[in-house]
Amino acid sequence: MYRFLWRRLPGGTALRVALVLLLTGAVAAALWYVVFPWLAPRVPIG
Amino acid sequence: MALPVSCREAILGCVPGENDRAVTTITRVIGELCLPVGLVLLLFYAYLLWGTDAETEQEQRVLQRRLGEVFRSDGHDGRDGPGPVKLGDALALLRIPRFGAGYRFAVVEGVGPEELRKGPGHYPGTALPGQVGNFVLSGHRTTYAAPFNRLDELRRGDDIVVDTRDARYTYRVTGKEVVDPGDVDVVDPVPGHPGRRPTTAVMTMTTCHPEFSAAQRLVVHGVLVRREERRD
Repeated sequence: MYRFLWRRLPGGTALRVALVLLLTGAVAAALWYVVFPWLAPRVPIG
Repeated sequence: MALPVSCREAILGCVPGENDRAVTTITRVIGELCLPVGLVLLLFYAYLLWGTDAETEQEQRVLQRRLGEVFRSDGHDGRDGPGPVKLGDALALLRIPRFGAGYRFAVVEGVGPEELRKGPGHYPGTALPGQVGNFVLSGHRTTYAAPFNRLDELRRGDDIVVDTRDARYTYRVTGKEVVDPGDVDVVDPVPGHPGRRPTTAVMTMTTCHPEFSAAQRLVVHGVLVRREERRD
């Protein structure tokens, strides 16, 4: 799966590494600032 | 001497066919998906530990600043004492000396998830600070800056200070208990006596118990011992 996704990325190794970091960061930010604030109050802990 | 490939596979009982390859692919993809799922769960755990604290601290800064403005206002807005407060708005400042001089939380109206992420919440319909009846607060034991994290450390005789615009009310801890979430009579006007008419001003603070769980409730009771006019 990862090999497949890696091959789908454009550019050389450097550009691909940059894209991976950028996309991972974007997903993490969306989770942290949008998904988790919505989800957290619904988790039944203290 | 090495066996021919077909023999080895026959011995191992796994001659690879179309089906086997599909199963292998599916298994591998599931395995590979476990990694991002695990990372997302870790990130969510980190968010519960640190992200929720930051959210509440941000909300508290705004609420406490607004509360300060209300406290400084001259009070001639036609209201007598603390009037009805909108859900999510601050209605008092809570301080507990045992938890240190830095311990101060703006209490908001309401005890739903949206209110409790801002700070400790006042049960709508229960007494307001200083009123005869039961002034009931609920707060997070963990996450969201955990305002009531150390409630179990309170001892009989400890002070709980509640500032409103007009007065400072001091309650004194009378006891604590652990109850089931269904035992709602702790929030009655006379705690534990549903239907009885209150004659004294008491307060009740509730939070989750044990920590990181919601299986039970830790409850601290207090009684009003002092009312001072605020002149600051």
